[in-house]
Amino acid sequence: MSSHYEAPIREPLVLGDKSYHDISVDVAAPVLGKASKSWWIVFTIALVAFLWGLGCIIYTISTGIGVWGLNKTIGWAWDITNFVWWVGIGHAGTLISAVLLLFRQKWRMAVNRSAEAMTIFAVVQAGLFPIIHMGRPWLAYWVLPIPNQFGSLWVNFNSPLLWDVFAISTYLSISLVFWWTGLLPDFAMIRDRTKSPFQKKIYGILSFGWSGRVKDWQRFEEVSLVLAGLATPLVLSVHTIVSFDFATSVVPGWHSTIYPPYFVAGAIFSGFAMVQTLLIIMRKVSHLESYITVLHIEYMNKVILLTGGIVTVAYAIEFFIGWYSGVPYENYTYLSFGAATGPYWWAFWALITCNFIVPLSLWVKSLRRNIMWTFFVALIINIGMWFERFDIIVVNISKDRLTSSWTMFQPTFVDIGTFMGTIGFFFVLFLLYARTFPVIAQAEVKTIMKTSGEAFKRLRAEHGDDHSHVQHVEQYPADAGPAANVEDKDFDSAFDDLTEEESENNEIDIELHRGKIENLLSRIGTYDPEVNKQDDLKKISGVGPVMEQKLHQLGIFTFEQVSRMTDREYDLLDEIISEFPGRAKRDDWAGQAQALKNKN
Amino acid sequence: MAATKIHAIYTDDDLLMQAVKQTRSANYHISEVFTPFPVHGLDHAVGLAPTRIAITAFLYGLVGLSVAITMMNFMMIQDWPQNIGGKPSFTYYQNMPAFIPIMFELTVFFAGHLMVITFYMRSKLWPFKKAENPDPRTTDDHFLMEVDADNHDVEKLTKFLYDTGASEISLIEKEEDH
Repeated sequence: MSSHYEAPIREPLVLGDKSYHDISVDVAAPVLGKASKSWWIVFTIALVAFLWGLGCIIYTISTGIGVWGLNKTIGWAWDITNFVWWVGIGHAGTLISAVLLLFRQKWRMAVNRSAEAMTIFAVVQAGLFPIIHMGRPWLAYWVLPIPNQFGSLWVNFNSPLLWDVFAISTYLSISLVFWWTGLLPDFAMIRDRTKSPFQKKIYGILSFGWSGRVKDWQRFEEVSLVLAGLATPLVLSVHTIVSFDFATSVVPGWHSTIYPPYFVAGAIFSGFAMVQTLLIIMRKVSHLESYITVLHIEYMNKVILLTGGIVTVAYAIEFFIGWYSGVPYENYTYLSFGAATGPYWWAFWALITCNFIVPLSLWVKSLRRNIMWTFFVALIINIGMWFERFDIIVVNISKDRLTSSWTMFQPTFVDIGTFMGTIGFFFVLFLLYARTFPVIAQAEVKTIMKTSGEAFKRLRAEHGDDHSHVQHVEQYPADAGPAANVEDKDFDSAFDDLTEEESENNEIDIELHRGKIENLLSRIGTYDPEVNKQDDLKKISGVGPVMEQKLHQLGIFTFEQVSRMTDREYDLLDEIISEFPGRAKRDDWAGQAQALKNKN
Repeated sequence: MAATKIHAIYTDDDLLMQAVKQTRSANYHISEVFTPFPVHGLDHAVGLAPTRIAITAFLYGLVGLSVAITMMNFMMIQDWPQNIGGKPSFTYYQNMPAFIPIMFELTVFFAGHLMVITFYMRSKLWPFKKAENPDPRTTDDHFLMEVDADNHDVEKLTKFLYDTGASEISLIEKEEDH
């Protein structure tokens, strides 16, 4: 139908001849099936890393922050680097689900669920670091503005560290309800599909009793839209506020107004790299190649190119200002000792290589659409963005305003172990998610099937944009009551080719109808393969593969022949082919054939 | 009083849309439609009023903003003013630039959460709520239209619904709650 129109030049977003039911089956398969051996192997590795990290956290808290490599000059190092890295990764999820929703980007629907899951799991990791860094995490509630034992000494609302508390907790909780609201219809789908009573119970609880009423959907869409509108400025504010932790300080290199946009771009950059890393594996393992296609990967690579470019310009501006400002502190941060030439040169050049040089390859279309290369680049960017935060934090404070206190940072095994632990924790959560959650927003993907599904795009290419694929079948042939209440009988699935069985049962008794057939052909003309060219009769609305075969048996091959049909011929045809009485006349085959003939 | 309903099941969203329009123009009353995904324009076709949930979000946002302003004014200006980095704390207005991030965050926090809670309450969605879709296939690929049959000839209505393209039709006797 015309309301499902999409420019033919756009590549399909759902590959293969998928029906609505196929989508449910494909999305539910990883949840209802058994875990593969590779899943258990990866899960075990992640779990071991997580437990190792947990041990390091317990050691830190029971002994003290002194077990880290911090010294009196470098009071923030891996902990805050990891914090910023994880928060940044989270940003891609909200960008995909909120910003792309506002821009009505249909490709977001296959990736938003997993990207949002990644957001939530990444922000959980991020939140761990400030809490551990407090040293006494059981006093973490002191960051809340609540009446307390110190009289009425309140939290300091002037401090960016407190803004962080509000920003991160708002971000985490809003992302969570956004995610969960979107999950309700998909949990409901699994609830109604599963055979196991236990799963039925669990998904019944998780789906909040979602029933899919038309009013519920109306509210659902409005809520999604408003949440997207709220989450868009929210996601920009979160990394802006994270950058304020540095920008509002007076440390050379941190005290910089470029930080908010620079951090936001970097966050989206690293987040999309992490989405690529996760989804390229997941689409393979969970067999979702039809939904998360090369096109999706290319779109995300384009976002990576854009944000990577912004980040690169920001690096260049930092150096320019180091020279142009004439401030001696900026000078030794960037130029005379310098990030690029000082003792941390390796960290700086790791950053330039990973965030600037390697992603440049994505300008080449064949590399942008190469899945293995994309995966490699995404891993490199993940590493590069960690180095970016390490450079910002450690390199800048390693040279403070007193030359006597300049020093280097050496991580201990606890620093490294805690970081590895959060990566393990992240993957534990993500792997559990991939086995128990519908990893694709199937209800939303179903809404774009008719515009962007490969099969429907092909149908439109063949039959024209205004063709309705809903057949108007006579419900009471010969008034004998409903003949066959079979599924899909009202839907013209022209992408199902004729099976062998169907073609075999499709014979017309030629002998029985010989007289009528000759009569019919004498009126509409015979087909001579020497002179005439065969037309594709399926282009006539109402003629499917089966009907075409029957017409061929009668000797009708061209639009010319069909266009000569009048009421008498229709009646003859109905007598010979008794399945669809009145069909040819109602659909006006002759008129359609006339039009098609003139088009040829 | 027992209410008689007819459940007509469709297998395609375009077919459902057409059926809804035909049923409404034939002056039958559609009491509910269950679909596996949001069908664009269906709410309008069924004759539902637009949802007002976005308005509630705006109002909740205003509440969040007021809470933020009231809270910070009380804590930082009235109850215990402090000189923090020389930032002026004599009036709320002077100190406000430092408060803008939290004013924004709390606006979003209140608007988002309270709107979603409103949605869950209005649509009766919460844990342990029993699902009410009459056919489990309506969360997969089937579309169910529930039509009031109380004051109609059931035979005629059934035939009419078949003619709109329903693939299955069942007669339901319901005990009305009220």
